Amino acid sequence: MQTVQPRSLPLRLPRVRPGGVLPILAILAVLLVLVGIRQPDFLAPQSLMSFLGRSAPIILLAAGQYFVIVSGEFDLSVGSLVTAQVVVAARLIDSDPARTWPVVLLLLAFGALVGLVNGLITTRLRVPSFITTLGMFLILVGAVYLWSDGAPKGGLSEEFRRFGRRAFEDVPVLGRVPYALLVLVVLAVAAVLLMRSDFGRTLVAVGDNPRTAELSGVRVWRTRTFAFILSGLAAAVAAILLGGYSGVSFQAGAGLEFGAITAVVLGGVALGGGRGAVVGAMLGALTLELLFALMNFYGVSGALRSTVQGGIILLAVAVSATRSSSR
Amino acid sequence: MSDPPPTPLLTLRGIGKSFLGVRVLDDVDLDVAPGEVHAVVGENGAGKSTLMKIVSGGYAPDRGTVEFAGATRTFRGPRDAQRAGIGIIHQEFNLLPERTVAENVYLGHEPVRRGLVDRRGMVDRTTRLLASIGETTLPADARVGQLGVAQQQVVEIAKALALDARLLIMDEPTAALADHEVELLYGLVRRLQERGIGLLYVSHRLAEVFDLSGRITVLKDGRRVTTVDTADTTADELVRHMVGRELSTYYPDRAAPEDRGPVRLNLRDAGNRKLRDVNLQLRAGEVLGIGGLQGSGRSALARAIFGVSPFTTGDVTLDDRPVRLRSPRTAMRAGIAYVTEDRKGEGIVPRQSVLDNALLASRAVFAARSGRAARTTRVRELLAAVEIRGAGDDQEIRFLSGGNQQKVVLARWLALNPRILLFDEPTRGIDVGAKSAIHDLVRRLARDGAAVLMISSDLPELLGMSDRIVVMRDGHVAGELPAGATEEEVVALAVGTVREPAQ
Repeated sequence: MQTVQPRSLPLRLPRVRPGGVLPILAILAVLLVLVGIRQPDFLAPQSLMSFLGRSAPIILLAAGQYFVIVSGEFDLSVGSLVTAQVVVAARLIDSDPARTWPVVLLLLAFGALVGLVNGLITTRLRVPSFITTLGMFLILVGAVYLWSDGAPKGGLSEEFRRFGRRAFEDVPVLGRVPYALLVLVVLAVAAVLLMRSDFGRTLVAVGDNPRTAELSGVRVWRTRTFAFILSGLAAAVAAILLGGYSGVSFQAGAGLEFGAITAVVLGGVALGGGRGAVVGAMLGALTLELLFALMNFYGVSGALRSTVQGGIILLAVAVSATRSSSR
Repeated sequence: MSDPPPTPLLTLRGIGKSFLGVRVLDDVDLDVAPGEVHAVVGENGAGKSTLMKIVSGGYAPDRGTVEFAGATRTFRGPRDAQRAGIGIIHQEFNLLPERTVAENVYLGHEPVRRGLVDRRGMVDRTTRLLASIGETTLPADARVGQLGVAQQQVVEIAKALALDARLLIMDEPTAALADHEVELLYGLVRRLQERGIGLLYVSHRLAEVFDLSGRITVLKDGRRVTTVDTADTTADELVRHMVGRELSTYYPDRAAPEDRGPVRLNLRDAGNRKLRDVNLQLRAGEVLGIGGLQGSGRSALARAIFGVSPFTTGDVTLDDRPVRLRSPRTAMRAGIAYVTEDRKGEGIVPRQSVLDNALLASRAVFAARSGRAARTTRVRELLAAVEIRGAGDDQEIRFLSGGNQQKVVLARWLALNPRILLFDEPTRGIDVGAKSAIHDLVRRLARDGAAVLMISSDLPELLGMSDRIVVMRDGHVAGELPAGATEEEVVALAVGTVREPAQ
C-alpha cells in the first residue's frame, strides 16, 4: 500500500544508466554470436581459455588506464613502458633463471616509479597529463634504444616466460587454463574491490569535480598520482605476460596505449573522468580483442586494425558526448 | 518622478524577462537622453545585469520593446547592438593582453589599406580617439598587458567609441579602480557626456552615483521602483527604495542570550589578498550573519577561515588556541565545515550518487577513524534526517532539485560533527519549502552548540536568521549590527553612506 506519493523527477531517467556496463555487454554478446556463426570452434572451452589468456595483457592495461581516465587524466606512456620493461627484463635476466624473481620485482618497482613521475609532473608541476605522458613515452622509447644499442640484448628465462605462455593443464571442463588468465582474474577482482573502496569512490569523485573534492578535504594530487602508479603497475604486469607470450622486441608494446584508451572508452568510461566502471573498461578490451579475432575469421586484413580502433574511439566518444550534452 | 528630457536616445518600455520560469525582470521602463548619465541601482539580484544585457543585445526580452535612436530594435546579439551604436564596458575587461592598445581598439574592424592592415593608420586613429576623450598620456602602441586597470578601462571605452557608440553602458566601472583612478574616470565620463553620448551607469556605490548621474532608476526584485532626479533625492531615500519590502517568511527563534557560549573562533587583524584587518568573534550557539555586497569580501572571509585561500596576516584562535588553517583539510580536522556558494561548481560531484556525495568528506579526511559500515549507516540516517524527498540514495545527484542537492551537501558536513559551520548563500536558488527546512536546520545546529557563520545576500534571510550581523565592505568589516537591525541599516553599511565606526 503506497501512502507516500513519490514526487516525479524533473528529468526522466534513462533506463540504461550512463557509464554502466550494459551497452558493452550487449556489444560483446553480438560479437560472440557472430563469432559463433562463423567459427563455432572458437567457443569451445579450450580455445576460449587461450583467447582470454592472450587478451589478459590488454585487459590489464585497460584497467590501469581506467584508473587514470576516470580521475580526469590520460596515460599515453604505457605502450612504451611495456616495451621498455620487456627489453630491460631480457637484458637483466640474460637467460639466468636465478634472476627471474628479483627482475619481476624490479619491473613492478620500475612501473610504479614511472607512474609516480607521471603523476607528480601532472599534479604538482601542472603539466597536462596528455603532454606529460607523451613526453614520458618519447623518453622511454629513446632510453631503451640507447640502453640496448639499437637491438634487444640478453634473453628471458623460461621461468619468466611461463607466466605468459604456460597453463594449468587438464582442468576439468575448461581444459587448459593459462597462468595469464589466473593473474587476470585475481587482479580484476582486486580492481573491482579497489573501486568499491573509499579510494575508488574518491577517485571517481575527483574526476567528476576536482574543485568539490578539494573543498571536501580530498588531496586531489595524491589521488591522481596514485592512479598513475596503478597504471604503471598494470603496464609492468602486462609486460611480464607479453614478454612471456611473444618474446622480446622493440615492438612489444607498440600501440598498446591507444588500444587501452579505446577499450576504456568503448567500456562506457567518460573521457575527462567521473563516470564509468572498471569492469566496463576491461570488458571493452575484451570486446576489442574479440572484434579483431572476428575480423580475422572474416578475412579482413590485419592492416585495418588501427583504422578500426580509430573509428571506434571516435564513435564511442561522439556517442557519449551527445548523450551527456542532452542532460 | 521627473519629466524625461526630450528626444531620448534609448527608451525601454515594459521590459520583462524570465529564466526557467523565474521572473527576473518585470515591466521595466527606462530612458536615456543624449549626454545624460542615468544611474541604475539596486541590491544584488535586483535585475540590473539582466537589464543591461538586454540593452546590449546579450539577451532578448520576453516582453516589451527597446527603442534606440528613434527606431524599435530587436538585437540578434551583442555585435548587432554594437553596430547600432551601443557599447558596454563590463566589470571584467575583454582585452587581449598581448596586443597593443590600437590593435585592441580596432579588433575585428582594422583599417585596411591595399588589402593589408594599415598599422600606422590604426595607431594614428587610436591616438586621435584617445586625445578626443582627453587621454594624451597613453601610447597607442603600448601592450595592453602592461597597462594598469584604469588605463585598460580607457582602452575599453576607446574600443566602444571606435565603433561609434552613442550609448555606453558601464557596469560597476569603479569596482576595480583605486581611489585616485576614480577621479580620472569621473573626468572621462564628463567628456563623454560633452560629446553627447548617453551613459547607463550601474553601480553599488551611491557616492559616485550622486557625483555623476542626472537621474537614478531604482530596481528591486526585477521591477522598477522609481526614477528620480539625482538633485531631488538623498542616499537614505534611495536605500529605502532599494530594500523596502514586507518581511513575510517565517524564521526560527533566535538564540537567547544565555544560549550563547564562549568564543569559538577569534580573528584579530586577519587579512590576505582580498581582506584586511578583519576582527571578528564567532561564538558557540550563535548564528553570525555576514552581509555586504558581492565582492565585498564575504566569501573571501569564509574561504580564508576554511583554508582555501588562507589568511596571510593577523592571528586566528580556535577555542583560545592559536591555529593556522592552511588547507581545507586542516580546517576540517579543526572541526570547521564550509558550504560553498557555488553549489554546482564546488558543492557537488554531479554524476555520483547521493550517497557518494554525502560520504565524500568523511572518506577523504576521516577514512581511518571510523568503520565503513558505521559511517555509511550514519550518513544514511543524516540523509533521512534532512528529508531528501523524491530520490534514492543511489540516484545521481545532478537529477535532484537545488534544495535537495543542498541538503545532501549539508549531510556531508554534518557527518563530520563540525563545531564551526560556514554557510555561503545556503539557500540561493532553492525553493521555498527547502529554504525554511534549511533555516530550521541551521538554527538547530546553533542550538546544539555549533558556531554558525552565515553569508547571505537575501536581506530578509540575513535579518531573520542572524543573532548578530557583521557587514563587509571592500575587504574589511564595515560595521556590526545587533539582531533586530533593519534592512536600511545593513544596506547603508554595505554601500557606505554612513561613516564607519572608528576602528
